[in-house]
Formats: sequence, structure tokens, C-alpha cells
Amino acid sequence: MSVQVPPADARRGSLFGDTWVVAKRGLQHIRRQPEALSDVTLQPIMFVLLFAYVFGGAIDVQGGSYREFLMGGIFAQTIVFGAFGVAISLAYDRSNGAIDRFRSLPLARGSVLAGHAVASLLRALLPIILMSLCGLVVGWRINTGLADAVAAYALMIGFSFAIIWVGVLMGSLLPSPEAVQGVAFTAIFPITFIASTFVPVETLPGVLRTFAEWNPVTTLFGNPSAIQGPDAPWSIQHPVIYSLIWMVGIIGVCAPLAVRAYNRTIAD
Amino acid sequence: MSTHAIEAVGLVKRYGEKAALDGVSFEVPRGTVCGLLGPNGAGKTTAVRILTTLAKADEGTATVAGLDVAANAREVRARIGLAAQDATVDQLLTGRENLIMIGELHHLGRAIATARADELLEQFSLTDAGGRLAKTYSGGMRRRLDLAATLVARPEVLFLDEPTTGLDPRARNELWDVLDTLVGEGTTILLTTQYLEEADRLADDIVVVDHGRVIARGDARALKQQVGGAQLFATPSNAADLERVAGMVGTITGCEPGIDAASRLVHASTDGGPHVVARLADALADARIAVDDIGLRQPTLDDVFLTLTGAPVADDESVEVAR
Repeated sequence: MSVQVPPADARRGSLFGDTWVVAKRGLQHIRRQPEALSDVTLQPIMFVLLFAYVFGGAIDVQGGSYREFLMGGIFAQTIVFGAFGVAISLAYDRSNGAIDRFRSLPLARGSVLAGHAVASLLRALLPIILMSLCGLVVGWRINTGLADAVAAYALMIGFSFAIIWVGVLMGSLLPSPEAVQGVAFTAIFPITFIASTFVPVETLPGVLRTFAEWNPVTTLFGNPSAIQGPDAPWSIQHPVIYSLIWMVGIIGVCAPLAVRAYNRTIAD
Repeated sequence: MSTHAIEAVGLVKRYGEKAALDGVSFEVPRGTVCGLLGPNGAGKTTAVRILTTLAKADEGTATVAGLDVAANAREVRARIGLAAQDATVDQLLTGRENLIMIGELHHLGRAIATARADELLEQFSLTDAGGRLAKTYSGGMRRRLDLAATLVARPEVLFLDEPTTGLDPRARNELWDVLDTLVGEGTTILLTTQYLEEADRLADDIVVVDHGRVIARGDARALKQQVGGAQLFATPSNAADLERVAGMVGTITGCEPGIDAASRLVHASTDGGPHVVARLADALADARIAVDDIGLRQPTLDDVFLTLTGAPVADDESVEVAR
């Protein structure tokens, strides 16, 4: 007895359903290429250890230890670096014909990109957990209440999802995995390093200091109390709202552009 | 509802200055197999990409399963299957997971998608390999999985872009058998190929394209007759015998024979059957002329092109930038 399938008119899909199917595929890819996870597992742990034991002793920070100070920086760096993995997997999908197959199927508009983004976000949870554990081992502590800690992690995950959409846009625009790699690193370095995450902003010269003060990486991962004062810029005084504006802004701009770019560049 | 499963009218697609398609029109009746035949760069892949909604035509219109491919892309996608030139199965999923994913993306529901996947694995002799990652499959198995994937949602129209390119003869024959079964079930198929033999074997109707234009169409027999039917050929062992053999071939076929001195080949068109070979063999034996080879050769795509365009197949890769 052969399996009957519902007629084409009777099938109903949804953006969420299609996104989840594509995301499940992405998770299978991650599970079956554990070696490709080193950038979100071994690397951040190595950075924590490197900064804690190699640089940690040499750098003094007012009102705290450098080990505590640097955790935010390593979180930021890992999240931003890791998010661009999605750009590479998208570019790879395009070069091996997988995107063509998806495009010949009746998927909801945007679901291929959203599926990649969701898989990428779940992948990003791994280093956040690993680094927290590793940080606790080297002496980093959460000094605030539980509610604040939960809110901080929620912001971190939200930021991760926003940066992933920058990666999705890149993957939709750039022609090859190699091109993604080149552009990504040029974009990543200033964002992650010109911030209050690895160094206190007071030590930066004029323009860089302004950049750092308004960089969402500072407001999210930096140590705002260290630089907060009556004359601090609005971004530093209201780090949570300022960071949320960035997240909504990044997703609001990148997601529609990515869907458009995806539909256009591949339509030929 | 239209009686045609595919209807293309005046399709034009340009890539920069070059027209990959330059006004292509054809139609495929429901339940038939159409072979799109042409050399590399003729525009075959471009035509398939437009009909499967992957590319937009610059001019012209097309309907598939009665729906406009530009205006109703998603509805068209729900009713077609596409096997692209390179098998695009997911290497990091198992064969079974590949098929289930396609079923889910066709919105069949998990249960039906799973049942259908198992059914197709069996139909394509992949049941044992179903739990293995697709990257461990041989080329032939990957092609079969790719074809199975196009059938998950029981499409009304199937598009196969050079389905046997890169397959060894055994795998190719297996694939042909599978396609025979599908045709028996009433699926409409558009396949592209560079081989007249393949189009002949599978297609009811053949559309010959070259440089983005349709230059001929008809069934295989009609096309071969345009070419002048089969070729009787002989290769004398001794080059000195070329003229005498040519005389015999000419007498038997009634056609002016061609002589290729470099390969010592004498050939001429014939509409006679295999008995012309026997007559030539007898004549050669009577005259005590030794030959290395003798036989009847079906016309090839080269012969078709030579006849239709007056030029041999131009291997113009540069036009096929569609991928």
C-alpha cells in the first residue's frame, strides 16, 4: 500500500514550522562536525586562561581584579566571533547547491535565513555556559542578585541573536565562505576591542574613547560602574535601554535586508 | 485547466550582453516526457531554472501545472520536483533524514513525511543505506537519493537537469529504469540531456536547443530522419582499400559516402535496417577485403547539429553562467 500525500492545495506551512525544520538541520550539522565547534568551546576557554594567568597579573584595574574585568570582554569577543559562523555556513550552503534545493521548495519567505539564525543562536549558548563555568573556576563571581544576573544573561543572548543577523546579512551578500572570513574579521576587531571590555575607556585617546563609550559592546559587557559619572554620555548612563535599542535596531535593519539580498542574489 | 503541464512562451534571459535564452517556446502535454536536448551552454539549465522559479525571465511567460511561474512561485514549488545538475542532497544528514526534511518542508506533516521517506528508500534500493550519512554514498546512490528527494511530495511535474551526467553505465541504466516507472505512473517529466541516445530512450518528444533557441522538435525518429537515419560504416584494414569500400557502401546505401582518411572510416546514411550490414559484409568477403570494423551507427547529437545548423556542436561553456 503506497503512502498517500495530501494534495498541494491542502498543505499548510508556517514561517515558524519551516524555520524550525531548517534549524534542526543546522543543529544536526553542528552535532556531526564537532571539530567545527572549537571556536566556541576551546578558544574562549583558552582566552579566559590566557588573560587570567598570563596578562592578569601584569594589569591593574581600579576597584577590582583584572580577571573580573576581562570576563565581559571575553564574552563579547566570543559572541561576536561566533555569530559570524552563520555567515560562513550560509555561504557554504550557497556554494554547494543546498540553497537552490531550498528555493525549489514551498518554504515561507525568510525561513531559510531564520532557521540558520536559530541554529546559530542555540550554538552560541554553548560557549556562554562553558565560559561562565570556566570563569567561576578562575575566580570570577556574579556580584549582583539573581534577577540582575538573569537579566544580564538575557541581554547577552539577545545581543548574540542580533549579531547573528549581521552574519546572516553578510552570508546573503558575500559570494563565498572565503570572502565572509575576510570581511568578518575586518569588521569584528574594532567592535570588540575598542570598548571598555579589555581596557578602561579613560585610557583611550579622544576619538577612540568616544567610539568606545557609544559602542554597545561597552554598554553590554563593559564595567559601566567604573566609568559612570555625571558627565558620562547617555549610553553609559542608560546601558540597558541603550543596548536594547541596538539589538532591536540591528535585527530590524539586517533581517529585512538579508531576506531581500537572499532573494535577489540567488534569483539568477 | 490547461492540458499542458508546462507551457513556455518566448522566454528570454540575458546575462550581461549574452542571451542565454533568446525566445524559447515549447509546451509539454500532461503525462508525457519531454527531452530538452542541446550542447553545453545551449540554455537548457537556464530554461529549467526559470520553469522551477529559481530564476526570473527577462521576457516571456511560463506556466507549470497551470500556474504562472513568476506570479505563483510558491504554488508552483509545491507541485514540482527538481533534481539539479549536481546532486544537492545534504551530506551531513542521513539518506532518511534528507527525505524526511524535504517532506516536512513540503508540509506533509512529520508522520506522512517519515512514511513516505521509508517508502522511497525502498523503491530506490536505499533501505540499508538509509541510516548512513549521505557523504558516505557512492555517486550513483547520491543520484538516486537526489531523485527520491524530488518525489517526496508526489510532484505533478518533475524537472531533471542532466540526470545521468557523471554516472557510470550501470548506474545510468538503473536510473533509466526508475524513470520508466515514474512515466508509467503518469508524472510529467522535463529532462535535459546532451545525449540523443538518452532523449531517445526516455522522451516522447524532443526539443533541440542551441544558442538559446529551439532549432528543432519532434520525436526521436523524426529527428533522426532529418539527419538521414543511421550511418552504415566500415573501416578497412588497409588504407589502399578505402576507395573500393566507399564504392560498395555507396552502392548499398544509395547515398554519397563520406571518407575520413585519417581514421580509415567510410560511412553513409541509410534508412535500411541491419541487413545493409550483412550485404556489405558479403560484398567485402567476395572481394577479399579485410576490415577492422563494420556496423550501423545511430546518429549522435553531433550528427543532428551538423544537419540542423551546418556546424558541429560548439562547446560554448561561457554562455552557461546560470549556476
